[in-house]
Amino acid sequence: MELIASYVSSTMMNDLTISQLPLALPEIVMLCMASLVLIVDVFLNDKTRGGTYILSQFTLVALAVITVMTFAQGKSIAFHGNFVRDGMGDLLKIVVYLVTFTVFLYSKSYLKDRGMYKGEYYVLGLFAVLGMMVMISAQSFLTIYLGLELLSLCLYALVALQRDSVIASEAAMKYFVLGAIASGMLLYGMSMIYGATGSLELATINAEVMSKSDNIILIFGLVFVLVGVAFKLGAVPFHMWLPDVYQGSPTAVTIFIGSAPKIAAFAMLMRLLVDGLYGLHVQWQDMLIILAVASMALGNVVAIAQTNIKRMLAYSTISHVGFILLGVMTAGKEGYAASMFYTIVYTLMALGAFGMIMYMSRKGFESDKLDDFRGLNQRSPWFALMMLIIMFSMAGVPPFVGFWAKLSILHAVIGVNMTWLAVTAVVFSIIGAFYYLRIIKLMYFDTPHDTSGIEAASDIRVMLSINGLAILCLGFYPELIMGLVTAVI
Amino acid sequence: MFDTWPLLSLVIWTPIVGGMLVLATGGDKNASEARVLALIVSIVTFALSIPLYTEFNVANGSMQFIEYAQWMSLGDLNLYYHLGVDGIAMPLIVLTTFITVIVVIASWDVIKYKAAQYMAAFLIMEGLMVGVFSSMDAALFYVFWEAMLIPMFLVIGVWGGPNRVYATIKFFLYTFLGSVFMLVALIYMANKTGNFEILQLQDLKLTLEEQIYIFIAFLLAFAVKVPMWPVHTWLPDAHVEAPTGGSVVLAAIMLKLGAYGFLRFSLPITPDASQELAWLMITLSLIAVVYIGFVALVQQDMKKLIAYSSISHMGFVTLGLFIVWSIYNKQTGDTTMIITGINGAVVQMISHGFISGAMFLVVGVMYDRIHSRKIADYGGVANTMPTFAAFAVFFAMANAGLPGTSGFVGEFLVIMAAFKANPWFAFLAALTLIVGAAYTLWMVKRVFFGEVANDKVKGLTDINSREFFFLSVLAVMVLFFGLYPAPLLEVMDESVENLVRHILQTKIPQ
Repeated sequence: MELIASYVSSTMMNDLTISQLPLALPEIVMLCMASLVLIVDVFLNDKTRGGTYILSQFTLVALAVITVMTFAQGKSIAFHGNFVRDGMGDLLKIVVYLVTFTVFLYSKSYLKDRGMYKGEYYVLGLFAVLGMMVMISAQSFLTIYLGLELLSLCLYALVALQRDSVIASEAAMKYFVLGAIASGMLLYGMSMIYGATGSLELATINAEVMSKSDNIILIFGLVFVLVGVAFKLGAVPFHMWLPDVYQGSPTAVTIFIGSAPKIAAFAMLMRLLVDGLYGLHVQWQDMLIILAVASMALGNVVAIAQTNIKRMLAYSTISHVGFILLGVMTAGKEGYAASMFYTIVYTLMALGAFGMIMYMSRKGFESDKLDDFRGLNQRSPWFALMMLIIMFSMAGVPPFVGFWAKLSILHAVIGVNMTWLAVTAVVFSIIGAFYYLRIIKLMYFDTPHDTSGIEAASDIRVMLSINGLAILCLGFYPELIMGLVTAVI
Repeated sequence: MFDTWPLLSLVIWTPIVGGMLVLATGGDKNASEARVLALIVSIVTFALSIPLYTEFNVANGSMQFIEYAQWMSLGDLNLYYHLGVDGIAMPLIVLTTFITVIVVIASWDVIKYKAAQYMAAFLIMEGLMVGVFSSMDAALFYVFWEAMLIPMFLVIGVWGGPNRVYATIKFFLYTFLGSVFMLVALIYMANKTGNFEILQLQDLKLTLEEQIYIFIAFLLAFAVKVPMWPVHTWLPDAHVEAPTGGSVVLAAIMLKLGAYGFLRFSLPITPDASQELAWLMITLSLIAVVYIGFVALVQQDMKKLIAYSSISHMGFVTLGLFIVWSIYNKQTGDTTMIITGINGAVVQMISHGFISGAMFLVVGVMYDRIHSRKIADYGGVANTMPTFAAFAVFFAMANAGLPGTSGFVGEFLVIMAAFKANPWFAFLAALTLIVGAAYTLWMVKRVFFGEVANDKVKGLTDINSREFFFLSVLAVMVLFFGLYPAPLLEVMDESVENLVRHILQTKIPQ
């Protein structure tokens, strides 16, 4: 602690220039607005809770506008190398805002039905977004850790939002304990690297690492840093928390955990490995291959055995993380762009899938069993079609956008002469196709237990339709996202 | 007048957009609107595909009706919306649009459950299949190729028989498994050329080792689709469980996609590997022709029997394609017989499209009445359904390769070429004329002739005008191409010659 304190006082307090503040405008606005929401909510009751909701949504939209207006041209480092504002960060932040916006929208009636429609959900959500923003813009170990902890603590609390639910408390406990271990690992690794390079700033570390890449302490530190990141991403063998947390959390929280933080985790991976430890890329490439292959294998195989759709989607997330890691593994711009594209596309699909669960659920009925999707085509053909699009997209079947995400990753992997790895990846995606097909089978080929129609608020219906159609339409023109991604990487 | 029309795009997108409109008619209460709309869309599409034939320049062996536009760039890969057809793809497109009209008519009031979705699935599938035949960009090809599985998966799964779920998931996973390896191979090559243009891939220099890997990846994709022995096991399951329309499209068009893949990808892109592994392909083809023929003989289920007979007939197609190097004589450089073999293969593809489609429709007509596909449940149908029996016997004869029907032309050309390659190939292939006749005619004997077997057969009513219409249209086509195949051969001759010139050149970098 003393070390950090002295570091902070020596570099930050002395000559913090006001002129650098506008670079952090989105973060500052977010902090103010989150605090404002916290205060405003105190004066609202359950009837007027809509105020909190609208203010939160307004904040996210306003931030998206601000970030678009001040979109970074090039890379500017501020606050003595602790903070970076670049195109990649801005694009990822915009995605985080939009994803969180959608999450809030999807979960509104779910929360209302279960007596969870409280200000805490939104305040914690907004602070989590702030944590993600800090992670995305972090340029030193210190800021990465700060952002990560802010995000994680909010998420722990969100999981436990349903205080009396045993399963949710268990999930929160697991998440917290394992998350704390992961943070410990990460810090331990960071301390090793600090010891070897004498700096916490990624740029300085990178310069140091380039000159002594065979340093055993550095590699030792790298291993622990990577373990920490793998924990957060949910890569095998550090995935154990993920299925339990996904299943145990209220769906309104699962959708949040399963979407936006993946974007931040991708950013963290990029900042640490590429901005900070590129000099060790020969070492981390091998490690990423192992993590990626193990994730794709275990995720896809174990998902087949699941009967709970949230748990199945958890394992599917693990397999998608494997694909994301493959792109970063190539240690080239092509691969980074592919991974970023994949991450964005994945969050779009995950949003849709969890959104469907919430669309089908109602008071006293979670709709989180695979069986609950039985015969959906007879109950609601339109939304069965949306789910079909999402599932085929996750399986990587064209013309949906998930296919292009997989294609870009495979292209990057083959581009660095690792065709065998591409073949391994596609073999596991065939295995993965099976459990996505099973959901379609349930929706289309089976007859429902309950033939009543599904009632849902019109905002969630509209948003789900937009979500599904976006997956379809982006499949015809993926360059819309890929072009942006390539421009900022 | 059609010079300025984007004909291929129209033939692809009319049914897809039309299918979505049909889908939008909603639930079963609007079923009749959905049917009429589907029929209109399919007829319009067929009409749009006619100019492809009439305006086709037979003297030109390269691509025609080209449409070319930048689609997008993914990283450093450029993708193009590039369409075009040669004399091999064009007849297959017309076949596709023709068969879809037949399928729409054949399913008219047979499908009662979610008729709009059923019709929409077939229309969308039609557009995607035409897309496969006309894509000149491998990425576009792959998109159509895979997307096509989705409607077929649903058709078998939703409207299929009792064991439909098993059959349709097996169908999907088998074909998906084959295709993803092709995707890896395509990306591998695209990394060298910077794009997926098929014509550029065909000119890409590749070492023999690379070619063999790529060939195997293609083989996995196309052999599953054809299907070749031993990866054929999904087909009997899929056919048995699929509704009649699904079986017809599967047999008449989808199987052709595999063979088309060999023609468009394997042979021109990896000619040296094809030469190297031709023995394997010939062996597998002959196993399909002979062994699967015997398997068909013992089937109890009519649809299964026809499914096995399809595999056996498709063996001719692959045989015709891969005997190229056994025929080729370097000294004389004579390619006449090679062209005969490939022509035979393509004619066989078209003709099998008509005949197998017709055979499945024949079974469908009986199934709609008695709800059984078991041969044992029938007997003496000719007594109660004389007109229908006449059609059935005619198509059965065509299936057995009777001269004068289109089934004969393709088989005859391939056997002729095979004789030049190796008399034993010809001998084994010609066995099918006996075995094919045996299983088809034996089935006809058991189902149609003899005494009326049971009360159900006794109560049968002969075909109505709708059924008469689609069966007679198909019968005319079978007879026409059997007696006068020249229009077909004329169209593809130049393109096949072009292909042969291409595949006889080595692509190994010197």
